[in-house]
Amino acid sequence: MDENTIICRCSDVTLKEVRNLISEGYITFEEIKRITRIGMGPCQGKTCGQLVMREIALATGKNIKDVKFQTNRPPVVGVKLGLIAEEGRKDED
Amino acid sequence: MKTSADIVIIGGGISGCSIAYNLAKKGVKNIIVLEKSYICSGSTGRCGAGVRMQWGTDMNCKIAKKSIEFYEHANEILEYDRDVDFKQSGYLLIADTDKEIEQFKKNIKIQHKYGIPSRMLNLDEAREIVPYLNTSILKGAAYCEKDGFLNPFHTTDAFYKAAKKLGVEFNTFTEVTNIIVKSDKVVGVVTNNGNIATNCVVNATNGWSKEISEMVGIDIPVYSERHQILATEPVEPMQGPMVMSFGLNLYVQQSPEGSFIMGRGDSNEPRDLRMTSSWEFIEEMAKTIDLILPPISKLRVVRQWAGLYNMTPDKQPIYEKSKDVEGFYMAVGFSGHGFMFGPITGIVMSEMILDEEPTIDVSMLNLNRFKTGNLLLEPSVV
Ligand SMILES: Cc1cc2nc3c(=O)[nH]c(=O)nc-3n(C[C@H](O)[C@H](O)[C@H](O)COP(=O)(O)OP(=O)(O)OC[C@H]3O[C@@H](n4cnc5c(N)ncnc54)[C@H](O)[C@@H]3O)c2cc1C
Repeated sequence: MDENTIICRCSDVTLKEVRNLISEGYITFEEIKRITRIGMGPCQGKTCGQLVMREIALATGKNIKDVKFQTNRPPVVGVKLGLIAEEGRKDED
Repeated sequence: MKTSADIVIIGGGISGCSIAYNLAKKGVKNIIVLEKSYICSGSTGRCGAGVRMQWGTDMNCKIAKKSIEFYEHANEILEYDRDVDFKQSGYLLIADTDKEIEQFKKNIKIQHKYGIPSRMLNLDEAREIVPYLNTSILKGAAYCEKDGFLNPFHTTDAFYKAAKKLGVEFNTFTEVTNIIVKSDKVVGVVTNNGNIATNCVVNATNGWSKEISEMVGIDIPVYSERHQILATEPVEPMQGPMVMSFGLNLYVQQSPEGSFIMGRGDSNEPRDLRMTSSWEFIEEMAKTIDLILPPISKLRVVRQWAGLYNMTPDKQPIYEKSKDVEGFYMAVGFSGHGFMFGPITGIVMSEMILDEEPTIDVSMLNLNRFKTGNLLLEPSVV
């Protein structure tokens, strides 16, 4: 894969950036996420997650099964704040 | 991991990293930072990252002003290879009661003593700054254009990298399980990766500060409270300043990436160390946003998360050199504003540890104030 390939489409992060961070010593998904915002976008790491974990596994010699993914955050899909407010107000009546 | 150190700092958030950097810069050689997870895994990596100078006590005004002056030059001072992304886009504090307007006026008087450029705004002026603000329920606002926010991850990373360059050893995934005290003196720490002999330990563990202080037998009057926050999908820039209300209980800002970040407090929260998300929060947040900034409620929430506020009875931090246990220091109890105080926390703690003349006299923020009742109550917190 070309190092300039964007592997996180939500936050425009390239493979090269991820590899550089890993070589600097940021070797967990959470650390790489905090510097690059990878996994923080609307897809919540659904696209980039496996790719980043593979890079961590390759660099650290770990089995990809032993590489930890980021904490999953609710909501599972994007929900409009207005809809939540509307439902919330129904509960009040 | 080294087995002895001149100074051991517990906690790898903004406070721990800033204290380590400042000590190393002053020439202390043998410093170890211990972090039970990864750097920035605590509240610093979960916070709203707002920095403001609009406070209601002299002490908080002084600390916040100096911190902001530092952040204005943080990239250069710390020689950071990324960008801490400091944006001074202002804080608009809105008030929905006359009582709050009176409080703002009092606060501004204190702020002006320190040259903080804040001012009162009427509702028309507030709408000029945030056009879609629903002012029908408001009485007025206060504004300071020099307030703003930073990228909390990069800011902590900048302190971390600068400290590392100066020789500080950082041990992540290393949890302190005990602190050894002999004849009222700190002599070492016990971790899950081995022991370190040291005569100086700094507690910079925020949410866990009570537990760490208990290890040396000191009971501190702090508690941790879960605070929640959410981020929406990113959109074109539409809101300059942070909008904050103490009475209506919200803060909301648009990040440089375009997402809106918003949070609120809940005084009914259990005082434990949980960092999970709840539906009640997102529902209450959505209702408040819908009322105050209606267009934002068209946006989708993409993530919600939580972190800990370490609260003190007067909502100001504890900067302490222990009188009971020699070699034990604390920089804790930030009550939800420890990120913006980070630069000064590092400076005042390094001065305290090295017995130097303080840049800001923070001696009133000692632990004893809770015994004497000499509290410095901060009125302006969410
Ligand atoms: C939702 C939310 C919003 C906020 N918004 C703002 C804001 O807008 N502006 C602002 O200024 N502040 C804000 N805050 C407060 C701010 O996040 C904190 O005051 C600040 O981050 C404290 O930094 P710290 O370095 O002291 O603590 P932390 O960043 O919490 O770091 C403490 C570290 O200690 C480690 N630790 C704990 N126990 C041990 C142990 N036994 N061994 C080793 N390590 C240990 C933890 O893992 C943690 O990483 C907010 C907080 C929350 C939760």
